[in-house]
Amino acid sequence: MTESLAITKFSDLANPARFLSLTGRIIPWLAGLTLCLFAIGLYLSFTTEGDYQQGDTVRIMYVHVPAAWLSMMCYTVMALSAIGTLVWRHPLADVSHKAAAPLGAAFTLIALATGSLWGKPMWGTWWVWDARLTSVFILFLMYLGLIALNRAMDDPSKAARVSAVFILVGFVNIPIIKFSVEWWNTLHQPASVVRLDGPTIDPEFLTPLLVMAVAFTLLFFTLHLMAMRNEIWRRRVGAQRRLAARMASREA
Amino acid sequence: MSHGFYIGLSYAVSALIVAVLIGWVWWDGKARQKELAELERAGVRRRSSAPAGEAQ
Amino acid sequence: MMALLLRDLKLSVRAGGGALIGVLFFMTVVAVIPFGVGPDLNLLSRIGPAIVWIGALLSALLGLDRLFQTEREDGSLDLILMQEHPLVLTVLVKCLAHWLANCLPLVIASPLLGLFMNMSEVAIGAVALTLLVGSPALTFIGAVGAAVAVALPRGGLLVSILVLPLAVPVLIFGVSASYAAVEDPAPFMPPFLILSAITLFFAVIGPLGAALALRNAGD
Repeated sequence: MTESLAITKFSDLANPARFLSLTGRIIPWLAGLTLCLFAIGLYLSFTTEGDYQQGDTVRIMYVHVPAAWLSMMCYTVMALSAIGTLVWRHPLADVSHKAAAPLGAAFTLIALATGSLWGKPMWGTWWVWDARLTSVFILFLMYLGLIALNRAMDDPSKAARVSAVFILVGFVNIPIIKFSVEWWNTLHQPASVVRLDGPTIDPEFLTPLLVMAVAFTLLFFTLHLMAMRNEIWRRRVGAQRRLAARMASREA
Repeated sequence: MSHGFYIGLSYAVSALIVAVLIGWVWWDGKARQKELAELERAGVRRRSSAPAGEAQ
Repeated sequence: MMALLLRDLKLSVRAGGGALIGVLFFMTVVAVIPFGVGPDLNLLSRIGPAIVWIGALLSALLGLDRLFQTEREDGSLDLILMQEHPLVLTVLVKCLAHWLANCLPLVIASPLLGLFMNMSEVAIGAVALTLLVGSPALTFIGAVGAAVAVALPRGGLLVSILVLPLAVPVLIFGVSASYAAVEDPAPFMPPFLILSAITLFFAVIGPLGAALALRNAGD
């Protein structure tokens, strides 16, 4: 009895029409909040003092680090949605992880590009096979592979289920990849690259960093909701086109 | 030591990627809405006005 | 289960030498490298283990997308899905058969290629040993890709793109164990044991993921 109640609640939540009306109300607020936070964050990140060691380049951190965090958070969101797809067959979960993949790829690209631009003045090269950069790069490849996988299949629900399996396998693998890349890095490279990270970060930098991180997170959720809405519309268009074609053939 | 070029470039690249992303999502939404409106005009209604069970 | 193993083995031996093609591809990849980097024997012996490992990785992926594809084409995949044995076990057996037929020849061929690369005897032995331990992991992780490929209208390249990032840990520990055997300060055992652990881990994850994907890829 309680179980069936829970199931009806879930199907309520799965109802795309209700989801659409909800997102329609939430998105403007989220977008406004994101904009405000970005304004504050950008103001803070350009007015705070530079680091005595890294100079003004520390300002790159305010975009780089939040983007890197988000690239991981996005994969976590996708993995949770993948569980939703496989366990509950929740249609919104299908839509969610499909919509998140391009966003994750974009944030990972930002992290990679800014990391490379940070590396040039700091280390003297555009690219270092540093443990973090390398594992983020592998993550980027995984995002692109998932997008390609989603594109390659015609049936959306089958594509969602198959790519959900792959997302979960990848999610289990990410810690192993991270660990192995770190091992490989310490093996091949003397630890000469000292970076500003870890818990000893100055509170001077922490405030803008946190504001920017929250701003980026909200940006992600805004775009994610919008992309999910687009995906639902796309499926609805497809369904109605099929319906129209069937009716036309019946008339003929 | 100031590296205005790199800082500016990294902010610009991030802004560009975010702008492309927002533009893509926005444009995609507009295109889908237009398609839905066209279908509506062509007289294709949704199968049922009952809300449940469209995707499954 | 034994019957399935034998059937798969027989099929892959009879089906026009898939294993032979894998070994040939392996030899070709390794043989092409000296033309790229030059015939400097010292350099070749230094990068030799890495080259042999990368060649083995690529050729192990080569035949993988066929793992379930033939079954799908002749319809026996549905039978496999419907039978009473747990699907995970069936997938595991199929992986083992694939490994015996396609990866074991690569392991056997690797000492010969090590000679071409001017590697020392210890290095050759280490590469063969790490390949023996590490290549099942490639098969298991590739099985997920192969199961995904069943759902694709055209698999092939996409499967390699999906699987290669996941195979990075195997490559890292395989190559570093081989190097550790030759270069003095680094101990051989830790990377080798981690490699074995990764293989065992993938022996669980791979068939599970592949079985899940097969169930979902069916219509």
